[in-house]
Amino acid sequence: MITYVLRRVLLALPVLVGVSALSFSLLHFVPGDPVDIMLGDQASSADKVLLRKELGLDKPFGTQLASYFAGLSKLDLGVSLQSRRPVAEEIAERIPATIELTLVAMLIALVVGIPLGVIAAVFRETVIERAALLFGLIGMSTPGFWLGPMLILVFAIKLDWLPVSERGGFEHVVLPALTLSFGLAAILTQVTRASMIEVVREDFVNVARAKGAGPIRLWFKHALSNAMMPIITIIGLQFGALLTGTVIVETIFDWPGVGTLLFQSIQQRNYPLVQGCVLFIAFTYVAVNLITDLAYAAANPKVRLS
Amino acid sequence: MKKKSAFSVKFYVGLALVLAMAFMGIFASLVANHSPTAMDLSARYEAPSTSHLFGRDQNGSDVLAQVAYGARVSLRVAFTVVFISAIVGLLIGSLAGYIGGWVDQIVMRFLDMFYAFPGFLLALSLVAVLGPSISNLIFAMCVTGWTGYARLVRGEILHLKMREYVVGAKAIGAKPLRLLVQHIWPNLFGILVVQMTFGMSGTIITESGLSFLGLGAPPTVPTWGSLLNSGRRILTEAPHVSLFPGLAILMLVLGFNLVGDSLRDWLNPRKH
Repeated sequence: MITYVLRRVLLALPVLVGVSALSFSLLHFVPGDPVDIMLGDQASSADKVLLRKELGLDKPFGTQLASYFAGLSKLDLGVSLQSRRPVAEEIAERIPATIELTLVAMLIALVVGIPLGVIAAVFRETVIERAALLFGLIGMSTPGFWLGPMLILVFAIKLDWLPVSERGGFEHVVLPALTLSFGLAAILTQVTRASMIEVVREDFVNVARAKGAGPIRLWFKHALSNAMMPIITIIGLQFGALLTGTVIVETIFDWPGVGTLLFQSIQQRNYPLVQGCVLFIAFTYVAVNLITDLAYAAANPKVRLS
Repeated sequence: MKKKSAFSVKFYVGLALVLAMAFMGIFASLVANHSPTAMDLSARYEAPSTSHLFGRDQNGSDVLAQVAYGARVSLRVAFTVVFISAIVGLLIGSLAGYIGGWVDQIVMRFLDMFYAFPGFLLALSLVAVLGPSISNLIFAMCVTGWTGYARLVRGEILHLKMREYVVGAKAIGAKPLRLLVQHIWPNLFGILVVQMTFGMSGTIITESGLSFLGLGAPPTVPTWGSLLNSGRRILTEAPHVSLFPGLAILMLVLGFNLVGDSLRDWLNPRKH
């Protein structure tokens, strides 16, 4: 197991380097002079020279890249243009809000999607299975940037049950988390159903049934625990969609997380902060995939031995 | 068999949804007898009526006209992105899968890097630095889009090039290019079509999402995303501005997903 962990972590390193290089080169995709765009037309040429020096844009590309990686190793992501504060500090402040939102959304998706998938597999060829399949298709096809406003319209404006925006008590996270979780819940329903249908064909399920396991125990313990592998994989893969979904969901609900920070920094053309946010989200995604792989290997000896 | 009937219902419902939205986009000027950009500030937020079926927005512009022209933009962008991505993916994936060796290694490491970068995030950051325009939007989505096709094609070709008929054709002297084009590519057609169908729905959601954030099409082009973006600020006054473009996205995306789903079942009857 230890060699597997080491190998998997080492394999993640070049990916992290690539992802960093990619987010570094974003600034070089800016058409024209990024300094002109960041400071606007009215800026004095002295200010421009200063900013160009600060961002290292006066140096050759190789030197820029080297100093970017040197900074990165010390968690130095540069300085935010508007607030003049370290980018890492601004991002760090926003992380708890994003974690809260993603975790609650993940929890909702698990609590809704997995049981629904199991029930769909139990009641095969019935209206229940069809309804679950329909939910799966609609959930995958519903964009969050429409679902969010619709939930606000119904639950905040018409019914006045829940607050619309900003972070606060539990009632504040309900609508944004529901919006964010909808697609994942749908996908989990589909994957759980498909995986359960494969598993129940196997002998051990019959054995458990013959030994007198009740339906709840049979389906949720014996069958589901064996159907978890594809479900774990999908959770890991879909985590990226969840993370990037926060950009849209946080913007709709004024949620003070990394997503809104990214959106604001794009609007203000605060490129160092844009790069920092992009890097943070991509790193988190790589880390989550790594953890999923390790969890997968811990649960299944076949994976780590191959 | 039972499966067959389920296939046809799902397929035809999906196809009907896609065709209905395509019809709306192509014949936008007939569907809506108003201009999408004509303003009438005296009729701001007007609720749906017989003359304006979907009501009017904050400028008094007709929402139905914007939804119809939005369909045109969305479909045009999605088709372009999906075709370019599929062709680039097919070529690079074929190269990696067929030649193998170090070419394959380089392509795979490259794909791994893209794989580690959530697609929407990369497209978002690219349009953010490039600026809002339709061609930048298409470029950004192609940059992230081709990787899925390349991965798929490479995997299939690794498998196909071992098949007897390919080995046989090679033995009687077929040149590599001929092998690829005549013997291998036709077998990829099915899975590529399935992937492209799902690609359409993914691209439509990404494009609308970027336009929703104000990063996609420029504000002068009517898109579903930008309509939803202005709609969410006037939810209390004019909920219809948000309702209809969202339903349009849902129907079109659902349509492509239904078609893709049934094509996949049909190509691959064991797994469903």
